Amino acid sequence: MTAQSTPAKAPRPWLALRDDLLIPLLAIVMALIVGSFVIVFTNFGVLDILSGASSANLAGAMWSAIATAYGSMFEGAIGNFGAIATAFASGDSAAIGQALYPISESLATTAPYVLAGLAVAVSFRCGMFNIGVEGQIFLGAIFATYVGYAFTGLPAIVHIPLAVLAGALGGALWAAIPALLKARAGAHEVITTIMLNYVAYRLTDWLLSGPMQRPGSTNPISPLIAQTAELPRLLPEPARFHIGFFIALAVAFGVWWLLFRTTIGFEIRTVGANPDAAQYSGMNVTRNLVLAMCLSGALAGLAGANQVLGMNRTMTGGISGGLGFDAIALALLGKSHPAGVVAASFLFGVLRSGATKMQSVAEIPTDLISIIQALVIAFIAAPAIVRGLFRIRRGGDDARTVFMRGWGR
Amino acid sequence: MDPVLELRGITKRFPGVLANDHIDLALGQGEILALLGENGAGKSTLMNVLYGLYKQDEGEITVRGKPLHTTGPNDSIAAGIGMVHQHFMLIPVLTVTENVMLGQESLRGGVFLDRRAAANRIREISKAYGLEVDPDAYIKDLPVGVQQRVEIIKLLYRNADILIFDEPTAVLTPQEADELAKVMRSLVAGGKSIIFITHKLREVREVADRVVVLRLGKVVGGANPKTASEAELASMMVGRQVLLTVDKAEAKPGEPVLIVDGLRVLDDREGLVVDGVSFDVRAGEILGLAGVQGNGQTELVEALTGLRGPQAGHVTIVGQETTRANPRTVTELGVAHVPEDRQRDGLVLSYPVADNMVLNTYYLPPFARGVVTQQAEVDKVAAERVKQFDVRTPGIATSAGSLSGGNQQKVIIARELSRPIKLLIAVQPTRGLDVGSIEYIHSRIVEKRDQGCAVLLVSTELDEIMGLSDRIAVMYHGRINGVVNAADVTKEQLGLLMAGVHPDQALAGPAAAA
Repeated sequence: MTAQSTPAKAPRPWLALRDDLLIPLLAIVMALIVGSFVIVFTNFGVLDILSGASSANLAGAMWSAIATAYGSMFEGAIGNFGAIATAFASGDSAAIGQALYPISESLATTAPYVLAGLAVAVSFRCGMFNIGVEGQIFLGAIFATYVGYAFTGLPAIVHIPLAVLAGALGGALWAAIPALLKARAGAHEVITTIMLNYVAYRLTDWLLSGPMQRPGSTNPISPLIAQTAELPRLLPEPARFHIGFFIALAVAFGVWWLLFRTTIGFEIRTVGANPDAAQYSGMNVTRNLVLAMCLSGALAGLAGANQVLGMNRTMTGGISGGLGFDAIALALLGKSHPAGVVAASFLFGVLRSGATKMQSVAEIPTDLISIIQALVIAFIAAPAIVRGLFRIRRGGDDARTVFMRGWGR
Repeated sequence: MDPVLELRGITKRFPGVLANDHIDLALGQGEILALLGENGAGKSTLMNVLYGLYKQDEGEITVRGKPLHTTGPNDSIAAGIGMVHQHFMLIPVLTVTENVMLGQESLRGGVFLDRRAAANRIREISKAYGLEVDPDAYIKDLPVGVQQRVEIIKLLYRNADILIFDEPTAVLTPQEADELAKVMRSLVAGGKSIIFITHKLREVREVADRVVVLRLGKVVGGANPKTASEAELASMMVGRQVLLTVDKAEAKPGEPVLIVDGLRVLDDREGLVVDGVSFDVRAGEILGLAGVQGNGQTELVEALTGLRGPQAGHVTIVGQETTRANPRTVTELGVAHVPEDRQRDGLVLSYPVADNMVLNTYYLPPFARGVVTQQAEVDKVAAERVKQFDVRTPGIATSAGSLSGGNQQKVIIARELSRPIKLLIAVQPTRGLDVGSIEYIHSRIVEKRDQGCAVLLVSTELDEIMGLSDRIAVMYHGRINGVVNAADVTKEQLGLLMAGVHPDQALAGPAAAA
């Protein structure tokens, strides 16, 4: 609790930053603690002792249950430091690849989270709630897949950007529908985007069992994309770590630059923060809403393209796996700031990819990770709990008002 | 005489601000005490402590000798303290009786509202204190002055005997304000005691028995309103000499800059609120648009500035038809707009002061190069304007929302007046501001006029209209009810025009007006 000893007269930006970082960090700690209760009380060894069926040491059993679970999760998400050191010492590239596999897999999982999280964040910044990211991911994936397999004979340097941009276009077009409905008819984007998600699911079903079905297959699956459209992988098989991660980081930087360093972003943020003042200032509110929504959809589409071109190399109905809904949590966690979204996405990437290992080693279902994700969000959404538990004082009222930008409201 | 209410050593701190610094205050039985002070002097904080909305850090409150410990307004109400808020807390679609009963309903048979019993009590109260009101009328049909009476009745219905009035005349016509003064006197005659928060010197002298002046959270003195002059009170309030009248030379009107012809505007509910308005404003003159709030001024200004499309008629600004122009086109013609609701329209409260300073010029050089914001330029210019317009802020990175109302308004004034402009449309430019800020903003507006700018000043404050304007147009029920030369008209005549009296009668002469 070093926070308490922070001098009261510390510069305000630091205090606000402390608040922005410390609270999420402690929220994660709290989520892991509460999660450990779930681990302990679903552990058969522990339950046997509690019911008297076993006479082993209770505390020891509890500790080992927690340690196995989180230990395997950590190892599955980040890797084993000893193994990494040995691999680098040996200089064998295959061994290095194997040692780096867990962390590389976490980063590969992080990439689509970043893109989808940014999609929601951009809509929040403009005062809208884009719940249709899931559907826009599907449309982005469809467009990217089509360009990926239908265009052949292109060099990779042309084919990759083309397929990626097709994904963005697909997402943007899908998001343009609710945007125009809102602009022209006043339809609320929450309703229309939710509905369009279902349309996107069914559209995908039809395409994958009809026009886009892989020749010779009876399953709803698209043809493999051409090799020239594949996002290059950076580590030897089976690692799937590909340049999508760096694309996502670059896009996050681009979104930050657009939002905070250009007049376009200034307009988007102003419309989100105070539409009346935006109109008074001569900004075209409607145009900005449409623009922000299309931008949001384009980012979602990129997430879809990333999944097809980088990870699966084909399109199936399970391409997203709820990514578009996790994205809402990511935008909230990251306070709709690109840097925050990247950090939150890394957290989710680590948890998700650690979950697999935890399931195989500690025999704990991956659902525990969903519980921990939910707890992190709950603790962040209710900062008063974390403040109370750790006795953190607010970072000065003035600082709060300056840095509290809301979720695009 | 034992005080009914006594505050001793009340201190209230907010982070970085000492809002109330050991304030001692005593209210005598049957007294009207005016609490006078600039915005930010700590009047509202003190009253919120008294009303139980804030908890004081030090000091104690006693009511009739008994200490008052509040955890919320309910304790204060139980102790007989009631507050008439500046913004009424009434539900428009309910009747007077229903509003008064709300939260303290009389019941019949345990479940049914006993409206009749409540209405009878309301009639008794009305009669006892001269608060004329029909208990069965709907709030939405009542003029503002009568709505305020309902607020007062609400307090009396709850047996309050210490009444706090927070800036009660801000929304009233001069005639309604006079009525209120009578009501206040009959309240004290009936055994009530009143604290009256204001920054209007004239009212203090008219109704108060005693004045206490607050400045920067401290009591700086008291005065007898019957003997102290307005200038004395003003200098106590501000802490220096204040010019109460605006010093201005004869206007030299030039060509018309704004021409409004037969303008008709609908409000959000499709009601015709501006009904065939025509007038013009010339370069180098200030046209004051007087009128009680809600007579179509808001929608008229929205139509002039491109925020609302008119139904019919024409608007011409510097020779260009702008009837259906968008706000940006109007701004780029050289029109500055100080909006009526500074927090809703004029500022983005979550933005730093710097960004608010360029809210409508952010896209122009030097603030942007192409689409790239030149933050260094923005910051530089913002810092200059903060200095030039004396905006009191910790820095340009401070959010506009954390500034006081007066400083928020100065940010808007700084932004609008430091552009090259030909027409200034200022709506309620000094509402809620302190004497010092008012003086400053008024002098800036006159300065713009003298530089040849046309000024349309929309205000419900008669003092402001009369002090600044060269010509005055009075708006009533969506129409212009007379245009007069400011020099030839009395406050009473304007009051009659504002109340809808035909100009032939209203201007018939001082005798008729009085």
